[in-house]
Amino acid sequence: MSQATESDVREDGQIESVSGPVVTATDLDAKMNDVVYVGHEGLMGEVIEIEGNITTIQVYEETSAVSPGEPVESTGAPLSVDLGPGMLDAIYDGVQRPLDVLEEKMGSAFLDRGVDAPGIDLEKTWEFNPEVSEGDEVGPNDVVGIVPETPSIDHKVMVPPDYEGGDVVDVKSGNYTVEDTIVELDNGEEIKMRQEWPVRSQRPADEKQTPDTPLVSGQRILDGLFPLAKGGTAAIPGPFGSGKTVTQHQLAKWADADIVVYVGCGERGNEMTEVIEDFPELEDPTTGNALMDRTCLIANTSNMPVAARESCVYTGITIAEYFRDMGYDVALMADSTSRWAEAMREISSRLEEMPGEEGYPAYLAARLSEFYERAGYFQNINGTEGSVSVIGAVSPPGGDFSEPVTQNTLRIVKTFWALDADLAERRHFPAINWNESYSLYRDQLDPWFEDNVAADWADQRQWAIDTLDEEDELQEIVQLVGKDALPEDQQLTLEVARYLREAWLQQDAFHDVDTYCEPEKTYAILGAIKTFNDEAFEALEAGVPVEEITAVDAISQLNRIGVQEEWEEYVAELEDDIAEQIRGLY
Amino acid sequence: MQKEYQTITEISGPLVYAEVDEPVGYDEIVEIETPDGDTRRGQVLESTSDFVAIQVFEGTEGIDRNSSVRFLGETLQMKLTEDLLGRVLSGSGEPIDGGPEIEPDEERPIVGEAINPYSREYPEEFIQTGVSAIDGMNTLVRGQKLPIFSGSGLPHNDLALQIARQATVPEEEEGEDDEGSEFAVIFGAMGITQEEANEFMDDFERTGALERSVVFMNLADDPAVERTVTPRLALTTAEYLAFEKDYHVLVILTDMTNYCEALREIGAAREEVPGRRGYPGYMYTDLAQLYERAGRIEGKEGSVTQIPILTMPGDDDTHPIPDLTGYITEGQIYVDRDLNSQGIEPPIYVLPSLSRLMDDGIGEGLTRKDHADVSDQMYAAYAEGEDLRDLVNIVGREALSERDNKYLDFADDFETEFVQQGFRTNRSIDETLDLGWELLSQLPKEELNRIDEELIEEKYVEDEGETVEAEE
Repeated sequence: MSQATESDVREDGQIESVSGPVVTATDLDAKMNDVVYVGHEGLMGEVIEIEGNITTIQVYEETSAVSPGEPVESTGAPLSVDLGPGMLDAIYDGVQRPLDVLEEKMGSAFLDRGVDAPGIDLEKTWEFNPEVSEGDEVGPNDVVGIVPETPSIDHKVMVPPDYEGGDVVDVKSGNYTVEDTIVELDNGEEIKMRQEWPVRSQRPADEKQTPDTPLVSGQRILDGLFPLAKGGTAAIPGPFGSGKTVTQHQLAKWADADIVVYVGCGERGNEMTEVIEDFPELEDPTTGNALMDRTCLIANTSNMPVAARESCVYTGITIAEYFRDMGYDVALMADSTSRWAEAMREISSRLEEMPGEEGYPAYLAARLSEFYERAGYFQNINGTEGSVSVIGAVSPPGGDFSEPVTQNTLRIVKTFWALDADLAERRHFPAINWNESYSLYRDQLDPWFEDNVAADWADQRQWAIDTLDEEDELQEIVQLVGKDALPEDQQLTLEVARYLREAWLQQDAFHDVDTYCEPEKTYAILGAIKTFNDEAFEALEAGVPVEEITAVDAISQLNRIGVQEEWEEYVAELEDDIAEQIRGLY
Repeated sequence: MQKEYQTITEISGPLVYAEVDEPVGYDEIVEIETPDGDTRRGQVLESTSDFVAIQVFEGTEGIDRNSSVRFLGETLQMKLTEDLLGRVLSGSGEPIDGGPEIEPDEERPIVGEAINPYSREYPEEFIQTGVSAIDGMNTLVRGQKLPIFSGSGLPHNDLALQIARQATVPEEEEGEDDEGSEFAVIFGAMGITQEEANEFMDDFERTGALERSVVFMNLADDPAVERTVTPRLALTTAEYLAFEKDYHVLVILTDMTNYCEALREIGAAREEVPGRRGYPGYMYTDLAQLYERAGRIEGKEGSVTQIPILTMPGDDDTHPIPDLTGYITEGQIYVDRDLNSQGIEPPIYVLPSLSRLMDDGIGEGLTRKDHADVSDQMYAAYAEGEDLRDLVNIVGREALSERDNKYLDFADDFETEFVQQGFRTNRSIDETLDLGWELLSQLPKEELNRIDEELIEEKYVEDEGETVEAEE
């Protein structure tokens, strides 16, 4: 949390009542959404309601033993994050306190209360390389210099968006801390490497554009069937155990974004630890650098205070927008937005607000759409283009997609990856249901795939969709009469669809090779199955019985393409084998 | 801070409201003395400058407006010492085994602080439970929280006892002398019947497990509100033993459904806006504060592994209790009514069961190289067999292809030979996986598409024929 400005702590108030994370105070001079420090221990909180002399505060820390009469101080500023070099490679809690610093300060593996820490290291020096010289005119968000923050990312130091801008009168170069003034303007404005931004307001941009580049995920079912655009929004709803978190992790690892902000909102502690331990060891497939060099983690596990869970998605998206302003493509994963919604519900019920659907506050839909609208492909005010893609996991109670959070999310997002408990049970992973999922970006993105991967990308995908649809219909009949009662051509279609499911849609996230599949390989696997399909139907027409065709040895090799590193040769050989062996039947 | 008040204004269900003139801390402990001289303990649920709401653990019966209220100025603490091992305590932490008073080395607030995710160590040490359906298919690791989803009348307690009895970490078996010395079981019972409690205690005593156990007993006729503190006392003890005294602690909590009922009761008494099915809106947070206390910490020897047991009302896993639990815990083990009536022991239904930490806890050096592939293949084959069973009901077995019949046989054998083992049989992981290979070898080699080809060459049992005998 931003605390670098030793803000003029103002008027004292007094605690009037305490009930869990909700505290009321009297005589407090504070504005709505101001950050306040509560009690003798100085627990951080935020003003969420003002009624006459009574101010209601949600506290971001445990409130045991806090009693009425203790002081409350307002900082006079809303909840803000520190933005500047040092955010990548970091791991924060929901109000941007670095967890490693907290561990050190508290001297314990358990989270104590009343300890604060700045979001970025105020003492560390960074190498500042100016991009402007004296006399240049700079405006809000203009880049004044570059800090090589990690091997993969150059951190661009910008004029804060709320500055007026003017002519540069002094500019420094060399090693400085984030608190040092590095550029001075003629109107007296001083630019530092660190800036602050209130988390609940969107950082300004010029214009939102229609996205036309895919966020390539390396996941066959996503790239192949339901692609997400850079600057797009996606929801992954699914019951527990269906693989939401694994899918999110896969995206965080392999998506071709410049920056990844991963928000673990009410997630399991062990899962966050997995991310913390795994990511530094993984390589970014595009740059070859450590994955952590482009990642910012926000971890507010389910047992950490509920109010901080409410704020963590905002902290995440503000950081994402800051990198977007530099002209980067940022992907934000929020796991899970349901926990965020539940945090809202919990606070709302403590405030005794009139509940809307299923006890969620009436403003649930508004908050969700406000959040997802911060995603997009933007023309920034400094002339660069950048994007924020948002991928939100949803955890519907009982796996029932008709509940309010899923429904309100679906009204906003344009890509829907429906996870299916049935598929997960038979260990079909990723357990994304191909009949229920959709992506509204398909048409927008097809030109990119056609230019960059294969000219018949869209046609081949359509063939796959048709085959899978047909299988779905045939399955209903099979359930009634058994497979053998079907005509031979339909039996063959079922066999082809089976390979689509097993060799193409299934992907092993834990296999070293299969975990990432470039679009070319996605296309090639589909091509191999298509070859089998075409050869098989020709053979069928020539009078070969379906049992003989499906018994051909080479076909089962289709399932092995995914795990091949040298897949080009393997596919070429396999296609030849299949053709040869099937043709050998007649 | 021991000011005494006689200012009770309202008594409603488990709650007492009293006026105060000095500030009282949230969550503070309260003693209420009834006119008969009885002392009841409670906790502050809401504190304002003129009144407090108190939740009374032992029930409000006998409290009247003349009762006196004392605020102790501290939050609820658990008295901790290594000597707790072998003791039986009440649901509020008082000894009930007739032994001496507890002389604590340390006292800790029972609420417990969240473990900093940065300080955690990722759990990846395989625990061998000796139960094939768990070890082979849904592996448990140290520091995991893996609940048992069961229903009323099912043998979940037998399963829990079997796990508590058999759980070992294989590598320790070599140095058998000190094994067990650092393994401890904490048993937190919430609202279970006297009979069930006896069953547990008998087993503990018979196997000698009691001396390395701490038992917290809140029985069905004990006050419901007390159930909200029992698991916290148990987990505080577990953390102390694990992270101060280097024990590997297995915490068994039964029955979480009763715990949640108690939460609902308090919520209703406070006239809170209810969430789904009347359970409080903060139940997710509340449960998370219990379950998340499992784990390992970097630089510490010990670990806390949790096996909470819950009975799903109406066997419905979309009910809020199993639903919220499943979202927090790292998987779940389903105990199934159909399998139980077929006499399968333990009746674990493998398909919906899951262990999220399995992938990192198995494989070469941990269990065996072929573990992941075998388990994947068995899952897929069993799922296919299950699907075909529906079809058989309609068209009969004769109408199915040879391939389909093989899968049907596989599914049957999987249940009667792999899952079925009896509550007293302890299978090593090698036995479990070899048994898996035997079953898989009923299927043609080409069907084993999830197993590495080299492994198939090495392990596939050729000429299996019709007879598959499992060595038990």
